[in-house]
Formats: sequence, C-alpha cells, structure tokens
Amino acid sequence: MSTPYAKLPGWVEYGLIPLVNLVVAFAVAGLVVLLVGESPLEAAYHMINGAFGRGEYIGFTLYYATTFIFTGLAVAVAFHAGLFNIGGEGQAYVAGIGVALACLWLDRLMPWYVVFPIAILGAALFGAAWAFLPGWFQAKRGSHIVITTIMFNFIAASLMNYMLNRVMKPLGSMSLETRTFDAGGQLPKLDWLMAIFGLSVGTSPFNVTFLLALAASFGVWVLIWRTKLGYEMRTMGHSPQAARYAGIKEARIIVITMMISGALAGMMALNPIMGETYRMQLDFVQGAGFVGIAVALMGRSHPAGIIPAAILFGVLYQGGAEIAFEMPSISRDMIVIIQGLVILFAGALEHMFRPAITRAVLGLSGRGRTQAAVKGA
Amino acid sequence: MDYLQLFLELAQSTVRLSTPLILAALAGLFTERAGVFDIGLEGKMLGGAFAAGCVAFVAQSAMAGLLAAVVVSVLLSLVHGYASITQRGNQIVSGVAINFIVAGATVILGEAWFRQGGRTPALAEGARFQEITLPFAETLRGVPLLGPIYAELISGHQALTYLAFLMVPASWWILYRTRFGLRLRAVGENPGAVDTAGISVLWMRYRAVICCGILCGIAGAYLSLAANAGWTKGMTAGKGYIALAALIFAKWRPVPVMLACLLFGFLDAFAIRYQSTPLPLIGKVPVQLMQALPYILTVVLLAGFIGKAIPPKAGGVPYVKER
Repeated sequence: MSTPYAKLPGWVEYGLIPLVNLVVAFAVAGLVVLLVGESPLEAAYHMINGAFGRGEYIGFTLYYATTFIFTGLAVAVAFHAGLFNIGGEGQAYVAGIGVALACLWLDRLMPWYVVFPIAILGAALFGAAWAFLPGWFQAKRGSHIVITTIMFNFIAASLMNYMLNRVMKPLGSMSLETRTFDAGGQLPKLDWLMAIFGLSVGTSPFNVTFLLALAASFGVWVLIWRTKLGYEMRTMGHSPQAARYAGIKEARIIVITMMISGALAGMMALNPIMGETYRMQLDFVQGAGFVGIAVALMGRSHPAGIIPAAILFGVLYQGGAEIAFEMPSISRDMIVIIQGLVILFAGALEHMFRPAITRAVLGLSGRGRTQAAVKGA
Repeated sequence: MDYLQLFLELAQSTVRLSTPLILAALAGLFTERAGVFDIGLEGKMLGGAFAAGCVAFVAQSAMAGLLAAVVVSVLLSLVHGYASITQRGNQIVSGVAINFIVAGATVILGEAWFRQGGRTPALAEGARFQEITLPFAETLRGVPLLGPIYAELISGHQALTYLAFLMVPASWWILYRTRFGLRLRAVGENPGAVDTAGISVLWMRYRAVICCGILCGIAGAYLSLAANAGWTKGMTAGKGYIALAALIFAKWRPVPVMLACLLFGFLDAFAIRYQSTPLPLIGKVPVQLMQALPYILTVVLLAGFIGKAIPPKAGGVPYVKER
C-alpha cells in the first residue's frame, strides 16, 4: 500500500465502515426502485413488514437465514485461508444427494433424530467431496481455485440433472424430484422456540437446522481462532510465504480448508430438503451458494458478523416476496440486485469510503491521538 | 451427399453458437492480458443484450441497438475497472457483483418498461441483423463439394458473425504487432517495468477494460439482435463462463481462443443435434455429460493434464506505484 491505512477503533472498523457500505448499497437499490417508478420508502415498509410482521413471517426469515449462515460460513472459512470458494452453489447441490440418500434409506425405519445425524454426515461428506478436487487441483497442480469452482458449479448442475432424471426419480414419475420422505425424513419445526416469544411459526418451515447452523457458527469460531489448524489457515491467508517459512504444509491446509468449506456449504442442503419440501427437487439451492459470498463479505468472515448478515439476507428474501406481492413491478429479482450491490460495496469497493471516514473519525478524536494512530499502523 | 448435408448442418450451428463465445472470450483476452481478471463477462454480455433489445425496439434499428449494447457494456466495464484498478478491490468479487447486479436489473427494468414477462418485445426484421448472402453464393452452389460449403457455411451469416471471426486476426495484430498491444501485455506481466518506462499502468489497464466492454457489448448484441429477436431473461445462460473457460483453454492467445470457442460451440451443437440418438461405439451419451464437457475439459486442462495454462503473471494483482 502506498499509504498504509490508519488504525481505526474497533467500532469504526467492524461497525461504521460496513454500515456505510451497506447503506450505500441500499441507497443505490433505492434508485433502481425509483427508476421503475415506485416509492423506495413504500418498498422498505413492505419489506420490513413482510419479514417481521407476523410470527409466520419471522419463521420464513429465519428459515432463509439458516441456509445463508451455512453458505456464508463456507465462504468465510475459505477466505481465512486466502481461498475464494465460489463453488458453494455446486457443493450444496451435490450434498443434496447425501441428504436424500440418508432419508430414502432410513425414513421409514427410524425417527428423525436418528436420520438427522446421518443426513448431516451425508451432506457434509458429499459437499466436502465436491470441494476436494478443486482444492487438490489448486494445491498440487496450481490451477486457480476460482475458475475450478465455477466450472464445478456447472458440472454439478449437469450431474444433478442427470441424477434426478435417471437415478433418483421414482419410476414412472414425470417431475424431477425424489419421492416424498416419510416421518423419519421430516425435521420438526421450532415452534417451541418461537412460542417462548409468544409467536407461532404458522406454515413457515423454520426447523431444527437453525440450531445446527448456530452450532456450526460456534464451531467455525473455535476452528478459526482457537485451534492450531485455524491458526495455520489464517497464517496462510495473511502471507503464504510466512506460512511456508514457518513449515506449514500449504497443500494440506488448502485441501482441508476446501473440504471444511464444502462440508459447511453442503449442510445447507438439509434445510430445504428435510426441513421444507421433504424431497430433493431440481435446483433446490436457488442461488444460496452465491448469497453466501455476500454474507461472508458483509459479516467480515466472522461468525458474529455472518449470523446478522444472514438474517439480513433472510429479511431480503422473505420481505422481497412481500414486496413482489404488494408492488408487482418489483419482482424478487430486486433481491439479486441488492445482493450484487452488497457484494460490490462491501467487497470490491470496501475501501472506497475508508479515507473519508478515517479523516472524520480521527479528526473528531483530536490531533494527538491521530498521530499516535498513524504511527501505530 | 447425405454426410455433406449433415456436416454442413452441424458446422453451421457450430458457427452460430461459437460467435458470441468468440467475442466474449476475446473481450476477456484484452483485460486478462492487461492483468485484470474478469469473471463479469457474463454480466456484461447480458447487459449488452438487454440494452440492444430495448433500444433496437424503440429506435427500430439494429445499429442503434448495437451502439447501446456497447455503451452499456463499457459502462459496466468501467465499474469493474474503477473497483479493481482505482480502488484496488478484489477483481473476482467485483466481477461476481456485476453479474448479479445485471442479472437482477435487466429483469426489473425490462418488466417495468415493457411488461412482457422477462423479455423485450419481439423485434421486426428491420430491427435485427440480417443474414448476408455473399456474392456468387447462389451461382456457385452447383459446384460439387465446395459450392454448398461456400453457399451454406461461409455465406449466409449476420454481419456480427463475420465481425467476430475478423476480430480474431485483428486482436492478434493489435496484441502482438502494435505498441498498444505490447504495452498492454507488459502491463499484465510486469507492470513495474511499464511504469518505469513512463507509461501509466492505470490508464493502460483502463483502456484494456474498455476494449473488453466493447467486445462484450457486441457479443450481447449478437444474442438479442442476431441469434434471437429480442432479449429474454438470463439469455446468456452461462455463455460468459464458457467463454472464460475457452480463454483459459486457449492459454490466453487469440487464435487458439477461436479454436477453443469453435470446439465448445461444436459440443453444444452436437449435444442439441444428438440428444437422443445413440452414437456408434459409445452408445447413448447423456445430454448432461455433453453439456458439462466444456467445463470438464477446462478443469482437466487447468490441472495441467493437457499442457499447462499459465495466466498472465500480474493477473489479479492491483498495481501499487510505490512500496
């Protein structure tokens, strides 16, 4: 860097700057709403109301958030090791096979609490397997992880199309999906959790996967900041040279990181398959793997940031449906724009407002501290 | 004669399907050789296709549509350039962002302006690019072998197809035989050296990004004004990524880019033609495998099993003047 960024207090670094980026992203999205000839304020009202207006709506919001926590964590874990895993979409899609196999095999024999752990294992295994090759190619053959994971997304789409068309579809059925699971393949809803707050889940598919997502978030925090492996991953992410010099086995870390990332992305498949539709359908991932990129960028790759970011995107998805219902000219594609804008402003342009904010904050806190802060950086 | 007819049919649709790939892959060639990775080809193409569809319908002119496509695509390129050159942001992240913004914005705006459910109004003959019959195509048709090839394969495409194939030697010439091209490649390999020679690295990269925008715009216009009669939701359908794959497959060189695009176009044409016919020796190949083949081939190549693809050295790294 030609001029190193001055060290900023934590609340600015992790609070103010992401917030400013987010506000700008939403302001630009508001411009698009204006361009379409609708009122952004009205859209915002419908979104908030649609996401929080009723217990059922909150259930939907948290259901979407569950999915995004997994894909966000997947991207974040890879980020820490300096890897960009765009393949969450494909990994989650292929992981559906693991979930569906566990359910198809055991749903009539076992209760859900026996099937669920096996399905988790299946999802993680298939997701990790789909991420293994890109990781291995990067580690051993030097191919670029971004390109390989993009290619694997497309290969996954073809593979799943084939699987649902030829292998996993019940005989004689026309629609591209597995059979509907019996009781063992259906996860219970979290109505008791909502009941504590005096709300009812209604028809929303808010289910126990949410708790798994929270556990996974904690697990990721432990992994990244409290284990030797996590330390090695972060070292490699900061400086591959330093990692090599310290005797960290680069290839091993890359492959393991990618497999953990793939497993996390894969666990996303549990939520729609066992929590909502009780069968595996074509395209059940619906772009959640890509939302994970936005979530991880917004949450600064920290579980404590990823959970609120995932909930925000849950609000966008659920509230977006409400907007589309109330204001027909704004379809759910608006979410895709916002997602892109968040990725642009919180990711690619994350430093755009930093100089101005630094000046403002340091200016406020007085001259002496400014000098110290600049020296400290 | 049957085989000739079959060959011509396949070759024709190969050319048709390869054209947008060639334009987009050449677009990627310009930026990536200058050290700016661009996975936003898909988004720029889609944005261009949308702009072309809208403007060609309103102005009832294909040329106006083409111009609009280029303008929109260049603007998107400049956003990518601003993020990745001036702001030194992550180039991959910026490309992903552009793909999403365009995918969403085209649908929302298209619906607001035309209300036709994810498409722009169908274009009349005059607002599209017409197929051009080359001189003597009909007179020479009678000549055995060469006649039908000339009349059906070489003649009878739209102007943009010829432009795409002409852009291949043109890109080669620009990149390898002009001062601009030398500097562009140098900026992608060793920007420090270019800077030492007193040339602005940033401005060089911006120009490369603009070249990319122009070509992506043309690719988009081809989709909505030549291959189809208007824009439809998500009409690029991963072509931007296939073009990216072709670019890597061709190891960032113009003529191999064309060959790679023709190969991927052929795979596509073949998959469409032989969806349900069993092939000799192999038997019935699942369509899904044919569709995945370009991606699989690229992965295999990238892994170094067929030669080695070495990207421009300074690719993906923002240039910082002093350390």
